[in-house]
Amino acid sequence: MNDDVIYVDNNATTCIAPEVLQAMQPFLTRYYGNPSSIYPFSGPAAEAMRQAREALAELIGADGSDEIIFTSGGSESNNAAILSALQTQIGRRKILSSVVEHPAVLNLCRSLQKRGYQVDYLSVDSQGRIDLDEAKALINEETAIVSVMAANNEIGNIYPIYELAELAHAKGALFHSDAVQSVGKVPLHLRDSQIDFLSISGHKLHAPKGIGALYRKRFVPFKPLIIGGHQENGLRAGTENVAAIAGLGEAARMAMRDMAGEGAELCRLRDRLESGLLSSCPDPQVNGDPSSRLPNTCNISFKYVEGEAILLRLYLAAKVCASSGSACTTGSLEPSHVLRAIGLDYKALHGSIRFSFSRYNTEADVDTILQALPPIIKDLRELSPFGRQ
Amino acid sequence: MWNYTDKVMDHFLKPRNIGVIEDADAVGEVGNIVCGDAIKLYLKLSEDKKTIVKASFQTFGCASAIASASALTEILQGKTLLEAAALSNQDIAEFLGELPEAKMHCSVMGMEAFQAAMQDLQKKFPELELPAVAHEAQGEERVVCQCFNVSEAKIREVIRANNLTSVEQITHYSKAGGGCGECIPEIEEILADVLGKKSPARAATAGLKTNNLQKITLIQELFESVIRPGLQADGGDIELVDIDGDKVLVRLQGRCAACHSAEQTLRLWVEAKLHEKVSASIIVEEVR
Repeated sequence: MNDDVIYVDNNATTCIAPEVLQAMQPFLTRYYGNPSSIYPFSGPAAEAMRQAREALAELIGADGSDEIIFTSGGSESNNAAILSALQTQIGRRKILSSVVEHPAVLNLCRSLQKRGYQVDYLSVDSQGRIDLDEAKALINEETAIVSVMAANNEIGNIYPIYELAELAHAKGALFHSDAVQSVGKVPLHLRDSQIDFLSISGHKLHAPKGIGALYRKRFVPFKPLIIGGHQENGLRAGTENVAAIAGLGEAARMAMRDMAGEGAELCRLRDRLESGLLSSCPDPQVNGDPSSRLPNTCNISFKYVEGEAILLRLYLAAKVCASSGSACTTGSLEPSHVLRAIGLDYKALHGSIRFSFSRYNTEADVDTILQALPPIIKDLRELSPFGRQ
Repeated sequence: MWNYTDKVMDHFLKPRNIGVIEDADAVGEVGNIVCGDAIKLYLKLSEDKKTIVKASFQTFGCASAIASASALTEILQGKTLLEAAALSNQDIAEFLGELPEAKMHCSVMGMEAFQAAMQDLQKKFPELELPAVAHEAQGEERVVCQCFNVSEAKIREVIRANNLTSVEQITHYSKAGGGCGECIPEIEEILADVLGKKSPARAATAGLKTNNLQKITLIQELFESVIRPGLQADGGDIELVDIDGDKVLVRLQGRCAACHSAEQTLRLWVEAKLHEKVSASIIVEEVR
């Protein structure tokens, strides 16, 4: 944690929880043994991994810890699941995904299209919702895998992954979900679901960067992405990142313990911010589906002003770290693909700001933002040639 | 991360000369809300219409767009039109100390606002003899980058005015190629042409008139460099059997030969590649 800033960009990454760091420390110092070694010195490493696997399995409601494969993070897990399905689903060369996926899935799909696979993308409505009937129409006997995120990183929408998984299985397709934004924030119940694969990322729930996991339902055919040693039951080679795995385990335990109360508190902070901004800024607009969103995410647009300018001013005024979907902040000269997909008006597109909270945010953080932001919007509107009567 | 000089930050936080000049002699407007940045520049001239006595602006855009517009008005005030016409976007960047390269398009937009204002001035006062603007894009108005509506003339101008040597730089200075990226091969060609080099991309671009021999060579190259490696990655392969006019005869091998979506592979992958790189009239036929 860092008290110098007001960090409200937790969908980008989170701080390492002090308890997580503490859980990691023994494996960065004293217990450096390889968990695969046979002498007792390596015992604590193997034991920490066992416990982490169980905690993570419990957090996502898996049937058993044998369904958890530790990976380097969300991107690797996504690649492993989708590329495996294309190998095991012989004769099937179609993928169904959605237009609002994270680039980790979207760009993988695009590269597969260049290699001759057919990819369909579910569309979204103006609130970012997908249509199960469209999914049903697009899944057929040629579909190898359906991959739809559990929740969107930008607008926070929660998607009907259980229903989508059933539609996929009805046609013999596998189902994968990039759930890096959901794990630890909302409960998941994989045990009795039809979900075959689910991607998890440590740094989105107060564990370190560079660690994650792939949930793979027991007995679902799987071809490893990384081939080599026997680690992870031969499903993911490479000596395990024991300290990070121990950290992920502790983060999973904390999330499991605190999720219910924390979710309500995040919701309260988010709603306080949202209603405050809606009443104090001109022409605001909340993006996403208010009836089914992550509790911590607020995506709001201010018309006729530009996001990078807002963020820079907000940081200088109150050290607020947030993000924007404007062209100048995406690193690509184009505004957010998610906000374009929901058909957001260009007047509002470049002035979108995302605030994403964590357990470490307070009401005081929200009030600081509520004090700092309205005059910034007012100033920038005065500069803008647009939006005048 | 933001990487702005103190001067950029100063002009961003305390922009000079903002707002409308009600009795402006000329107004120049460039960019639009769709692209994410826009500048509206107002100029008030002396009685004899030779000197800029007052300049002001409105900007929709990021920190560097605001700072560039503010800097532009400061540079323009007190200059004669003759002096102003000799300016380039580099003068804005230098005034601000430095702009991150990825933000140079903001300085380019500033100069375009001035050029637009000069055109407006000429329209309002047809009798005036205005100095020629040094760095105005001349010639080919054909749009190369559809995403950001950038013309070939503008691309040529930013290359010349800023001594650019790579496509990436051209994107930073003009935004061209920064969207879907489809026009990048064309930008490469324009760059090669301005630099006086032959473009390696030229031969491989669709729509160019090629003779039969060139077409056959191109198809053979594509098979070896793109199409076969693509199929081999999936355990298949393809043999180029013959080329008869627009008909390309192929034989699928390996896993592809037995694959029931082979027809799709031929249409969506092999034929699509040939359409893109050689000619839209090519038909791929499978020989068994």
